[in-house]
Amino acid sequence: MEDKKSQGIVDRIWNILTSIKLAVVVFTLISVTSIAGTLIQQQVEPERNIKMLTKVFGDSAPAVFKVINAMGFTDMYRSWWFLALLFIFAVNLVICSIDRLPGIWKLAKTPIRPIEPEIFKSMIVRPQIQVKGKLEDTVSSVTAELKKIGFSNVLTDGKSGQIYSEKGRYSRLGVYVTHLSILLIMMGGIEGKFFGFDGYLALPEGGTASSIESRDGSKIPLEFSVRCDDFDVSFYDDTDTPKSYVSNLVVIENNKEVLKKQISVNDPLRYKGVVFYQASYFFNPDNIANSKFKMKVYAQGAGSSQDVSVGLDQSFDVPGTKIKGKVVDYSPAVGIDNKTGELFTYSNQMNNPAAFIEFSEAGKTVHKQWVLKRFPETWKTPFGSIQLLDIWGVQYTGLQVRKDPGVWLVYLGCLFMAVGLYAAFFMSHRRIWVHVAEEKGKTTVTVAGSANKNKIQFDQKIDSLTKSL
Amino acid sequence: MDSSQLFGIATIAYILAMVAYIAYLAFKNSTIGSIATTITIAGFVSHTIAFFVRTAEFLEVGQMGIMRAIPLTNLYESLIFFVWCIILGYLVIEFKYKTKSFGAFITPIAGMTLAFIELSGIHKDIHPLVPALQSNWLLSHVTMSFLAYAAFAISFATAMMYLAVTTEKKKDGAYIFWTTTLGVFITILAAMCIDFFAFKIAASRPESFIKSYLFKATFRSSSGIVVLLSTIGLGAIIYAVYNYGHILKKVITSFNLSKDVLDDLTYKSIAVGFPVFTLGGLIFGAVWADQAWGRYWSWDPKETWSLITWFVYAFFLHARYLRGWKGQKIAIVAVVGFVSTIFTYLGVNLLLTGLHSYGAQ
Repeated sequence: MEDKKSQGIVDRIWNILTSIKLAVVVFTLISVTSIAGTLIQQQVEPERNIKMLTKVFGDSAPAVFKVINAMGFTDMYRSWWFLALLFIFAVNLVICSIDRLPGIWKLAKTPIRPIEPEIFKSMIVRPQIQVKGKLEDTVSSVTAELKKIGFSNVLTDGKSGQIYSEKGRYSRLGVYVTHLSILLIMMGGIEGKFFGFDGYLALPEGGTASSIESRDGSKIPLEFSVRCDDFDVSFYDDTDTPKSYVSNLVVIENNKEVLKKQISVNDPLRYKGVVFYQASYFFNPDNIANSKFKMKVYAQGAGSSQDVSVGLDQSFDVPGTKIKGKVVDYSPAVGIDNKTGELFTYSNQMNNPAAFIEFSEAGKTVHKQWVLKRFPETWKTPFGSIQLLDIWGVQYTGLQVRKDPGVWLVYLGCLFMAVGLYAAFFMSHRRIWVHVAEEKGKTTVTVAGSANKNKIQFDQKIDSLTKSL
Repeated sequence: MDSSQLFGIATIAYILAMVAYIAYLAFKNSTIGSIATTITIAGFVSHTIAFFVRTAEFLEVGQMGIMRAIPLTNLYESLIFFVWCIILGYLVIEFKYKTKSFGAFITPIAGMTLAFIELSGIHKDIHPLVPALQSNWLLSHVTMSFLAYAAFAISFATAMMYLAVTTEKKKDGAYIFWTTTLGVFITILAAMCIDFFAFKIAASRPESFIKSYLFKATFRSSSGIVVLLSTIGLGAIIYAVYNYGHILKKVITSFNLSKDVLDDLTYKSIAVGFPVFTLGGLIFGAVWADQAWGRYWSWDPKETWSLITWFVYAFFLHARYLRGWKGQKIAIVAVVGFVSTIFTYLGVNLLLTGLHSYGAQ
């Protein structure tokens, strides 16, 4: 008695889990909550969402926000209930597939066989045709024609008089390969979540770090350290449209430089499973004390040049003269007011770096000039040309750092999905039986067959078969 | 000739083709039918050449190689490519199903969209690629996504026609559904046109224009009266479509489109669109995101909406395969799928912020 009852419950749960209804409910719940998740901004300061909610709820917005926040909607893709929904979806997918797989597996495993005359009759796709020639000739021409329309393995059964072949039997499994791929991707996601990490690293030019900051602000140590030698943004012509962001990174392990790479947005650095992506950059004037103005100074008339690297308010010699130069001011993005002609800083990013250089002879200031990195016409001075190469040290590179040991499963899943979908949508299981018989000196041919998809195309193939016979 | 002149030729061709297709339906004269097809093909060829010319122009400006010169980086270019995909899909249907009846629907949509792009003065300048888009994945990810969007658009059109042809009574849920959907679509288009005429001066770039001014002249106006009038307008349009839907039905019925062909086309377009969307949109997108951002899935609004769209179409396919859904029920699912597609394509970029808001700066 006890057994029967428990079995009843198991069966009932199984029935619920295999039901399409559950799938539809979970699909709908995931979709609807996801929509909410795109409307409510995720992982941002509360003010931004409260501001948005005010438009709808007016004064009660902060209260509404509290409720939404408590329910996890402000970080919902990580909330327990959303993950639970994804889990139920996965379980449902597995169980639905298991429920239907054995039948399909049998179909996919069993090779084609000659069929009984009654079944043959029910599957006839073309009326009987009569052909000239002997039975054996017809058999060989049918075989040849079948090969022509794509059936490579043609079998003949003398007893039933059937020539038969099939194609794409395994394409029936395409749906299951696709389902499996979804599970692989989810497994990859879980593995990455549990055995990987994800964080951010801001490095000034010249800075070194051996740990990164995780999303919740805690430090994640690395097995090695990373140094940023240089960061640079380049722009399209005279615009402020960025062309590329690059960081020159060096990996240091046991006090040795083991890897050097210039990374850009679509080209990260990988070392020991940890990947560094170029994510952002910013300008930080607080670091000016450790910064260097890198310049190329061309002596008047001469073709030779000299590299100069000085800090703010440090002097340098202008070659071939007795003049000393000194950077007394700088701007990350210098602009000119069109009306007043005054200079100002128009951006807090290093869009148009400039150095203000004071020239002096025997302690007396003789000339002052702005030199702009992006505009060569500003490089010319009365004492030779000064090219500003970089204000090095005030720019930070923002790196997205990740270790994801599950990513190969995700890629494998993607591959499975591509293969599975191809099989499911663009291939079909086609079976064909051609009955050839000799009656009263005439040879008759009857074609039976079936295709589980793309029936029209199959029909056209049969057309070409019967026509050429 | 530059690309915009060639696009102009395509626009004119599609509008002429519309006239020819309507004449063909009216007179059932096969010569007129052939002329209509010829004009459409001519337009399509010009459209295709224009696309390549623009690629060449892009190549010259961007200097980043052919893989990164695909002119599909802003709304202007994507709309033009979308129209190209739809015409391609239409021509395939015309030759496979040997019916010219859809031409009278598709060519005006194509012609009008191109003409609207032209008249609106949407920025045609070529903008070089921002660093995030400088990847060889751009080509496959974006083109395949748009091919899928176009396939879904065709399934939407055939599903709506199916609903129009098969509904009998005004009390039918399906009748109310298709007339309301059509009414809302017409209202949104009308509201966007009003925005456009009201704020034309501000249109320096299409994305920022629509982003800041969408529905500002109607539903989001600062004046309460305008909002009220717009809402009444919405109601009136829906009611008008609801009330006169039978006329549309008569027009579509007179085109001799069998409902089985419509049902089959809805399914076929989705059966093509779904795998292309999964591979090009979701998988290639995830691989690219993994390589550029270090995350294959970020639950960014665009990703989330494409997942929702994917769910709807997956539901469509399972309902059809496992439950044998046909006819009106499945047509409604196809319509819902396309509403989600539209939101993935345009709504996300125009209304929400996220990683995919390129060109909005």
